[in-house]
Amino acid sequence: MIQINDVSKWYGKTQVLANCTTRIGEGEVVVVCGPSGSGKSTLIKTVNGLEPFDQGSIIVDGTSVGAPDTDLPRLRARVGMVFQNFELFPHLTVRENLALAQVVVLGRRREEAYARGQEYLVRVGLGGFADRLPAQLSGGQQQRVAIARALCMDPICMLFDEPTSALDPEMVGEVLDVMVELATEGMTMVCVTHEMGFARKVADRVIFMDQGAILEDCASEAFFGNPSARPERARQFLARILSH
Amino acid sequence: MGSTSQPDTGRGALNTMDFSVIANNLSYFLLGAWPAGPLGGAALTLVLSLCSALASGVLGLVLGVALSMARGRTRRTLLLVLGFFRAIPALMLIFWTYFLLPIAFGLNVPGVGTVIVALSLIGGSYLAHSVYAGISSLPPGQWQASAALGLRPLQALRHVILPQALPIMLPSFLNQWIALIKDSSLAYVIGVGELSFVATQVSNREMVFPTEIFLFVALLYFVICSSLELGAGAIARRYGTAGKGT
Repeated sequence: MIQINDVSKWYGKTQVLANCTTRIGEGEVVVVCGPSGSGKSTLIKTVNGLEPFDQGSIIVDGTSVGAPDTDLPRLRARVGMVFQNFELFPHLTVRENLALAQVVVLGRRREEAYARGQEYLVRVGLGGFADRLPAQLSGGQQQRVAIARALCMDPICMLFDEPTSALDPEMVGEVLDVMVELATEGMTMVCVTHEMGFARKVADRVIFMDQGAILEDCASEAFFGNPSARPERARQFLARILSH
Repeated sequence: MGSTSQPDTGRGALNTMDFSVIANNLSYFLLGAWPAGPLGGAALTLVLSLCSALASGVLGLVLGVALSMARGRTRRTLLLVLGFFRAIPALMLIFWTYFLLPIAFGLNVPGVGTVIVALSLIGGSYLAHSVYAGISSLPPGQWQASAALGLRPLQALRHVILPQALPIMLPSFLNQWIALIKDSSLAYVIGVGELSFVATQVSNREMVFPTEIFLFVALLYFVICSSLELGAGAIARRYGTAGKGT
């Protein structure tokens, strides 16, 4: 489904991605973790071309992301993405937020788009919120709307960029619940997150990054079950975030 | 006697004001020689302002969007052109278009057209920067979220960026348009018969009523500019509720 081959990227002289290689199969749930500044957000954003890269190749469902003749908007329409800061459109109601890209990009009729939107709103537990503006929702609710907005496009996979980092602690659970449900339904997911509970529960694989490089890429049971076999940096990272 | 003479002079100054000069020339002030001759006066001021407000708005929007999307050499060229039109006085641009174009290219530009083009170019250049600032004021995440949903840049601009940025830009547009209404009086230097021009004509003909005439002219400009401000305020209140979500 997603193949990342030897991808490198530089900001000026600073290398932010260093020869990253991995592949994500259909239905797989992969958690990407690592200390801040390790390049995990940058890596996930290269998958749908929001961040360009300088070397290597990325193939998503047979389409090469970096190729100059690739129609990126068309590819992005098929890859769902959820952002740390939700990024709902503040001037539009929840209903219109969900319908916009369906109508403009996929060419669906408006009523059809509304119906589809309502369907996913119910699934994320917000069936009665279609007429609200984003500012009238809590952070957790906004993020669930953002997930619903991405799902409305019938994505072939979903990218999550720290979906719970901007949330108050009591709202993290409601967002993770939606993500767990998606994962159990067989959605292909790549999640940049520090939620190790989520990773342990639903992730098939864990990728650990540091200084732009993938240091570890293994099954999640191995990652959590056998920490002594992990690289030194990963052990330190795990010890630090699991100690509380 | 001295004590009574003071209020007398005051009343005397008011008494010498004779606003019948306005009433006698009212049609000429408001419409110029129309319908017998070309449209002029306050009506021509309105036409000049309306046309250049519209053109400068469109120009500002297009150039502002271009400024926010262009990179490298295109952007630098654009900045240079905008800088040029912001730096030269409107009066000079009007002179150039009116007197230089016929000499240099044999093009004969009508006065009204000259003024509209000059005011639109200058107003558009100012507005382009306002539009650019409005677009830049939105968080980059809005562009990213639009792109991630598959929207192309122009679609993102139309459906996501501009609906949020335009309410922010409204005060700048208003300022620019009000300045533009007043700048339309510069048309007077090339003999376009708008409000200031006909006022000067009447004043020169009547010789002794400049105070009355130019008080009236000031009142007309005040009414035109205030109506624009009030109108825009009403529109902003009507559509402002949607913008409160930000």
